[in-house]
Amino acid sequence: MSTAATRVRTQPGSRLRIRGSAGLGLAAWLAGILFFLPIAWMTLTSFHSEEDAATNPPSLAASLTLDGYREFFGSGGGASPWPSLINSTVASVASTLLVLLLALPAAYALSIRPVKKWTDVLFFFLSTKMLPVVAGLLPIYLFAKNTDMLDNIWLLVILYTSMNLPIAVWMMQSFLAEVPVAIIEAAQIDGARLPTILGRVVAPIALPGIAATSLICFIFSWNELLFARVLTGVVAQTAPVFLTGFITSQGLFLAKVCAASLVISLPVLAAGFAAQDKLVQGLSLGAVK
Amino acid sequence: MTVTASTTTVAPATARTPAPRAPGKLRAWATRAPLLPALIFMVVVTQLPFVATLVISFFDWNALYPDARSFAGLDNYSEVLTDPDLRKSVLTTIVLTATVVIASLVIGLGLALLLDRRFRGRGMVRTLLIAPFLLVPVAAALLWKHVLYNPEYGLFNGLLHWFGGDGAAQPDWVSNTPLLAIEASLIWQWTPFMMLILLAGLQSRDSELIEAARMDGAGNWQIFRHLTLPHLRRYLELGALLGSIYIVQNFDAVFTITSGGLGTANLPYTVYQSFYQAHENGLASAAGVLVVIGSIIIATFALRVVSSLFREEAARS
Repeated sequence: MSTAATRVRTQPGSRLRIRGSAGLGLAAWLAGILFFLPIAWMTLTSFHSEEDAATNPPSLAASLTLDGYREFFGSGGGASPWPSLINSTVASVASTLLVLLLALPAAYALSIRPVKKWTDVLFFFLSTKMLPVVAGLLPIYLFAKNTDMLDNIWLLVILYTSMNLPIAVWMMQSFLAEVPVAIIEAAQIDGARLPTILGRVVAPIALPGIAATSLICFIFSWNELLFARVLTGVVAQTAPVFLTGFITSQGLFLAKVCAASLVISLPVLAAGFAAQDKLVQGLSLGAVK
Repeated sequence: MTVTASTTTVAPATARTPAPRAPGKLRAWATRAPLLPALIFMVVVTQLPFVATLVISFFDWNALYPDARSFAGLDNYSEVLTDPDLRKSVLTTIVLTATVVIASLVIGLGLALLLDRRFRGRGMVRTLLIAPFLLVPVAAALLWKHVLYNPEYGLFNGLLHWFGGDGAAQPDWVSNTPLLAIEASLIWQWTPFMMLILLAGLQSRDSELIEAARMDGAGNWQIFRHLTLPHLRRYLELGALLGSIYIVQNFDAVFTITSGGLGTANLPYTVYQSFYQAHENGLASAAGVLVVIGSIIIATFALRVVSSLFREEAARS
């Protein structure tokens, strides 16, 4: 409000524009609410009983219950979601750590002390991201089958690492490139060794970027369905696969599905909002800052 | 040019290392070493399977009859290209991708323009708008299929009932318009992505230039048409291409909402089905190779856009 007021004072001619923008602000709010409505409705439905969830017209004011969540966590005799949630956590966290382990040195060799033709290397990484995963799925499946790696969570860890490594290399490269060369040189002249430079000079500047990269890698691994669906079965099933197999009964299941979808999306929502500011940079592979 | 500049500045520093007369080759390898693990990993995990796919695509190989495997030349390709189902799935993929990308770009542009101005609660609205993108794709597809589209108690028909009374139409959304049903759910998820990219583009505009144009009497539309849109072109291209790359590969929504039925099977679903259910390894591989060729065409454009943006950023800094 105060900023608008000062702007009016400094630029008397723009009064009309500001009144117009109040209407546009309202339009933005309406759009935001419209986009969020399905999620809000899903949340409300997840707290309704199955009978109240399946009414037409919808019952807004029905009493709230945690039955949907209890049902999801297996109280109704269905399969427990915990093994799949744990599998998803292992696959996402382990692959993200592996990505960091591989991407950090690579990004270093592409930014701070770049190899010759470093842009070509960078674009090689990007090009692997553009090849559709389905095309490599069959040989990977056959390989897994012949080496007894089917239904093994570590196979997914390796595949998710390859899925996220190009994104991570691109993001980290753009974050490390932001570290001024002059600071590094100054530290070198002061006699600082490489580990000291990395720990004291590079890390503090690059850390927020590294954190955002990790969160984005985590999201992509957590969301992945195709590989998980084809390559896992009973033991290594991940949360999205569990979710697809969740609706088997012919009875009412709406509240249960809403609860399940929300619980499984919760880590992604949390990670996504935490990485909000760097989300575009990550998703556009560092092309947009 | 940045390459040579930075290597020459680094060179005197490297001379300070304990082995000052280390041969140039060794030093080059020391520079390259941190890169190698990631590079080797990528080649092994992503490139080798493609080579294998290419090889398998020349064989007549059904996994249920492993002994009948034989070299088939280009037979799989001619079968894939003449199979009406597969041709249909190519068309479906193109229609699905184009519709979702264009619609989410247009809506995303509108939202980005709305968000590019100050108003009360802008951060909150931004968060509300991003939320659909942060739902697990399978969860989003389930939400649309069961909670919104369900003909008996879905929200859409519930709202129709609410506003239209007892006689209101109660369409079966997924059966009547299966492809549109998938597209709507994907547009909902991808519009925030486009909005974020375009918003970043809008915020990188030169505000002085716009003020100057306004001083010269340019109207809002003129500024949008002659300054904003040309500036956004690269961001629109980037959004379109990245969106295409992700949506061409979409599996989750098709798998969840229609299971590829009712003429909605796209290429990823068809490839999945032909080897996972029909066990036709040779055919699936040939289809996979065709997907790759299609992707390479898109990717060539995408890489060009990204590299021009990349160079622009490098020149700016």
